[in-house]
Amino acid sequence: MTRADAAAAILWTGATLYAVFGGADFGAGLWDLIAGDAVKGARPRALIEHSLTPVWEANHVWLIFILVVLWTAFPEAFGALMSTLYVPLALAAVGIVLRGSAFAFRKSVQSLRARRAMGAAFALSSVMTPFFMGTVVGAVAAGNVPAGGNGDPFSSWIAPLPLLVGALFVATGAYLAAVFLTSDAHRSRAADLERYFSRRALLAALVAGVLAVAGIFALRADARYVYDGLTGNGLPLVIASALCGLGVLALLLRGARRGLRPLAVGAVVALIWGWGVAQFPYLLPTSLKITQSAAPGPTLDALLVVFGIAVLVVLPALGMLYWLSQRELLSE
Amino acid sequence: MPPLQALPLAASESNLLAARELMAFTLGFHIVLASLGVALPAIVLTANWLGLKRNDPDAMRLARRWSKAMAVTFAVGAVTGTVLSFEFGLLWPRFMARFGDAFGIAFAIEGIFFFTEAIFLAIYIYGWKRLSGWAHFWSGVPMVIAGVGGAFSVVTANSWMNQPQGFALDAAGKVVETEPLKVLFNPAWGYEVPHMILAAYMVAGFLVASVYAVGMLRGRRDRLHRLGMLIPLTIALIATPIQIFVGDTAARSVADHQPAKFAGMECIDEGGNHQTEYVGGVCTASGVKGAIPIRDLDSFLVGFSADTEVTGLNEIPPRDRPPANTLLHLSFDAMVGIGTALLVLGAWLAFVWWRRRDIPRTPWFLRAVAVSGAAAILALWFGWIVTEVGRQPWIVQGYMRTSEAVTQADGIWFAFAGVLLLYAALGTTAILVLRGMSRRWREEGEGAEGETPYGPPAELRGETAA
Repeated sequence: MTRADAAAAILWTGATLYAVFGGADFGAGLWDLIAGDAVKGARPRALIEHSLTPVWEANHVWLIFILVVLWTAFPEAFGALMSTLYVPLALAAVGIVLRGSAFAFRKSVQSLRARRAMGAAFALSSVMTPFFMGTVVGAVAAGNVPAGGNGDPFSSWIAPLPLLVGALFVATGAYLAAVFLTSDAHRSRAADLERYFSRRALLAALVAGVLAVAGIFALRADARYVYDGLTGNGLPLVIASALCGLGVLALLLRGARRGLRPLAVGAVVALIWGWGVAQFPYLLPTSLKITQSAAPGPTLDALLVVFGIAVLVVLPALGMLYWLSQRELLSE
Repeated sequence: MPPLQALPLAASESNLLAARELMAFTLGFHIVLASLGVALPAIVLTANWLGLKRNDPDAMRLARRWSKAMAVTFAVGAVTGTVLSFEFGLLWPRFMARFGDAFGIAFAIEGIFFFTEAIFLAIYIYGWKRLSGWAHFWSGVPMVIAGVGGAFSVVTANSWMNQPQGFALDAAGKVVETEPLKVLFNPAWGYEVPHMILAAYMVAGFLVASVYAVGMLRGRRDRLHRLGMLIPLTIALIATPIQIFVGDTAARSVADHQPAKFAGMECIDEGGNHQTEYVGGVCTASGVKGAIPIRDLDSFLVGFSADTEVTGLNEIPPRDRPPANTLLHLSFDAMVGIGTALLVLGAWLAFVWWRRRDIPRTPWFLRAVAVSGAAAILALWFGWIVTEVGRQPWIVQGYMRTSEAVTQADGIWFAFAGVLLLYAALGTTAILVLRGMSRRWREEGEGAEGETPYGPPAELRGETAA
């Protein structure tokens, strides 16, 4: 593996972590959005807030991580993305502003009306952000981002495949969130909430599954290179993802809780890495290869060192935070 | 590989202005929150330390309240910071495409510090209920280190833009070789980084102190308010004289490293020795108007002798001169003026404290402290105007013009208008939320301190049993 490939693997790792943790956060926002009026939605919303509070900031640092690795290790790809997909990227950024600040403020304001306005902004932006992020990924897969940048600012992402991937991102987040919330409700011994979220997990799993299958057809039509990769080298990962997804469905239907979270995460992780394998060795299929876009060696070395330090420093701290927050869950 | 295309000149100039205004506005907004993120942890922990050491419930109460306010400003700062990382690419794609691999590593390091600070902020806020006194105190210390480390990483990226080094270009202008340590420790980091960290401590310290000074002026003269004013004020006043020393060194280095910026700051039309220092005034084609001139002082400040040669704008090719010299000059003077006034404020307090262990009795002292927070923020903005506008027309001094870096995307002015509205709402809400928190603390006491973005929630507990 070359240093450029290693840097690409780090980028993909960041994308995976963001998709799992950030995605689940966004999904929780979606469930918050459609939880009904203040009375009916009170308990689900309380569980959502309870589960998100300790980690909602840390989960989103992965986005910054992705941006920084991208512009440091693959500056030309970064420039090409930003100068082509600026519309969905700017809209995703607006979503991030609304989401982060509204969540922060909602915890600190008292009146019901203010809380409701903040809650609505939080929930709406939780849907908007992953959708536009998804269109960006779809546009890359479809080969609509030329290596030199300045691709078409609209037709690059307002097309069947990018829009479908956007919807898939929203559904996947909702699916992960519902699974996590089912487990949290189980551990809090809130049987009604457990049923509530497991029904929604089932629904989201079906929607995400249908979108994924539709996505394969869209790939076949609009992103032949990635399609060939997914049905070639990437096939084992696609199958693994499908098996994990079916496993989650089986567990949900049987009402089992053990293994639910790992399988749900596995389905998402396998899909992301399947995509990576499918478009290898391209960063932007099929105009920019990983090695073509990579930074000079010393920069990549420095990045690998920084990543190593991050693993050593951040992971234990993150572990301590999760432990503190789970300890509270258990004490209830 | 085809390089990112250049665009027609007229469109480019309109975009350039819009992109610069948008960047300046969002950076100006973020830099205040970033300063709080850098310096508030130390202020909170000072109060926490005093509270534990002297068993002082007032100091502990201040630490608890400040940590909750800090959680709000940190959360807002995190999103405005994320916006900036998007803007690097959205507004300046060709800058990032060409130089991202040279200076991007500084941001990768910043990422670790930011992550660490976010995690330990959450741990510290959780710790109020779940960790014992000193363990809780120490769980907050990584925030202080991460804040300073984060400031180093971001500001060293900016100082690299002012004094780029540690890379080699091929004939097409592509970065082919890098030396990350030379990038990080470029010639400007040694004065830009401490200048910004001290500025952050001054902004945070004076701002928190000003809140309590206003409270005291409104008659709330209890011990809590006195302590709430004195802890941050002391920290800010210690930073002030050091800052003036660092700033003076910085100005001399700028005269050396970026003579065009210095000539703009000081309105020097004709280079040479025996330069007059102009205090205030408007820079015109025929010299400085309406200023207080002090003969030879400028030369003396640059090289400790009236014979020191100082570069003038006449020695800089017109296309390489910074724009808006009056803006640069007045910003620089205002920053120095505010810094000096804050130094006088500190001397006043130190003198009275030395004589009778108390703050000055006159309400004018409290009034001065009450405006010191806003004054420190203004000085911070003026300083960044000098740094950033003074570097123009370059985005990377000597290597890339800002006009070469700007995006070709349409609608930057619309984006700017949208961001203005969004940030106006964001800023207003943040202030309302903070004021609401302070009102609740005042009216309802400790029992109703409310919740924070990172803290453990209370709602679920009762309902789960139901």
